Amino acid sequence: MIDVSGLSKCFGGNRVLDDVTMSVAPGEIYGIVGHSGAGKSTLLRCLNGLETYRKGSVRINGAEVRDLSPSGLIELRRTMGMIFQTFNLMSRKNVYRNVSFPLEIRKTPKAGIERRVMELLDMVGLADRRDERVRNLSGGQKQRVGIARALALRPDILLCDEATSALDPKTTGSILDLLEDINKRLNLTIVIVTHQMEVVKRLCHRMLLLDGGVAQAEGATEDLFLSLPANLRGFIDEEYTLVPGGINIRLMFPRDISRDAVVTAMARELDIDFSIVGGKLERYLDDVFGVLIINVRPEHLDMAVEYMRKKRLYWQMLDADGENVHDRDASADRILNRTRR
Amino acid sequence: MNGGTDRFSWMLERLGEFGPDLWRATLETAYMVFASTVFALSGGFVLSVAMILVHPRGLRPKRVVYNALDWLVNLGRSFPFTILMISIQPFTRLVAGTTLGNDAAIVSLSIAAAPLAARLIEGCFLEVDRGVVEAARSFGAGDMQIIWRVLLPEALPAVVLNIAVIAITLLGYAAMAGTVGGGGLGDFAMKYGYYRFQTDLMLYAVVILIIMVQLTQTIGGFIYRRLR
Repeated sequence: MIDVSGLSKCFGGNRVLDDVTMSVAPGEIYGIVGHSGAGKSTLLRCLNGLETYRKGSVRINGAEVRDLSPSGLIELRRTMGMIFQTFNLMSRKNVYRNVSFPLEIRKTPKAGIERRVMELLDMVGLADRRDERVRNLSGGQKQRVGIARALALRPDILLCDEATSALDPKTTGSILDLLEDINKRLNLTIVIVTHQMEVVKRLCHRMLLLDGGVAQAEGATEDLFLSLPANLRGFIDEEYTLVPGGINIRLMFPRDISRDAVVTAMARELDIDFSIVGGKLERYLDDVFGVLIINVRPEHLDMAVEYMRKKRLYWQMLDADGENVHDRDASADRILNRTRR
Repeated sequence: MNGGTDRFSWMLERLGEFGPDLWRATLETAYMVFASTVFALSGGFVLSVAMILVHPRGLRPKRVVYNALDWLVNLGRSFPFTILMISIQPFTRLVAGTTLGNDAAIVSLSIAAAPLAARLIEGCFLEVDRGVVEAARSFGAGDMQIIWRVLLPEALPAVVLNIAVIAITLLGYAAMAGTVGGGGLGDFAMKYGYYRFQTDLMLYAVVILIIMVQLTQTIGGFIYRRLR
């Protein structure tokens, strides 16, 4: 549905996108993650032609965005809704008029507009606020209006530019629920640009990690979070203080393994002691994963590694700073020990 | 006390004598200001739309064209009004058929205020949140739709405030125009107050101008608050 390949873009002498390649399948929720200034928003804007590009290719349903005529571009944008961090609603208009605006621009018949707007407001749960001025709404409500407006023209793709970054965690959750619901109900393809890892973990089937305009990692969210390549680690604030001395190992369990109490079994079967540094449950999409960091004495390391391999766990060794010990010297296989079933 | 009453009745007498003239002058001024505000706004609006189109941060950035327009607007604004009025006399004669009177004054007033109007409206457009414009683009609005249905409605309250500024500036210009061939309160103040040393009549003209300025600003502010 969306195919980007070798996309590069400069602002002045400043390279903001460097040979980026990604593809999004229909019905997928795709995350573009990175720090501020990583080029995420620029990449997103290349998709609907709000930004131009010289090098590389951006194809939406097979059509090269750069080659579209002005009217072709307008037609393309009809198939792609967009929501924004700052909502970008028209402050002087009420909820209804903001949502009806794309329809008015498209010269939809009046009766059709009314029906469609009410349908959309029902969907985002704002039907009773239709005559409210948008400036009187809360941030979450404003984003709901933004979503309704973006969906007014029945797009196939929804682009979200840091759509939850200006919202508090609870509101963020409700907006993400709404996006998930829309994705399932309308089979809408969603591309999310965000710097919030929770958003990606919670919603995105696949993701692209962007840093300095360069794609650092791309793949299924679950895979990336389980293998946790070094460049992704920088985005995850690990609040554990690691125990100095010994070897810290991060273990990750998919749900089915969590139930089997592997850690206590390991202690029992190997007859070794280790301390538990910290642990938590994390939600990825519809699944729950356990993360546990244990500290093993050096003399027990080989036994522990052997056991973890045998049990097909996802694990990584960390040094005292929380960095991945093996990143610097070893091949990807050795570093990540990805022993997926 | 008696002197005060005398003075008061004298003032009333003078107002009775010159009142009709003063009233006509007021109406003339109002007419000149209103007409030239409308013309200046129309011209300024067209200019400002052109400017926002080609503005470096605008809808279709064209730096060279913008710089040319920018320079033109600055040029128009750098002429002192009386000098502009005299220097465009041939044009005024072409349009109004004369260089004297209210209609002739309206021509030069409009031309003097159009660049100011263009600059002020451009400023209002630039103040509109770029994100809103981008959102309109994202669902397929064209340039003209963005100008008419996004920029103008969103900028309208600020534009109204600036219309008051333009009208008040024109009130000042119109008084100046009165001193060199135009009519209105400026003419009245010069003719009676300055040349005939009837200071009280000049004072009346000034008081009326003050009231007109206050009124214009109040109305502008009122509409602004209603629109916001």
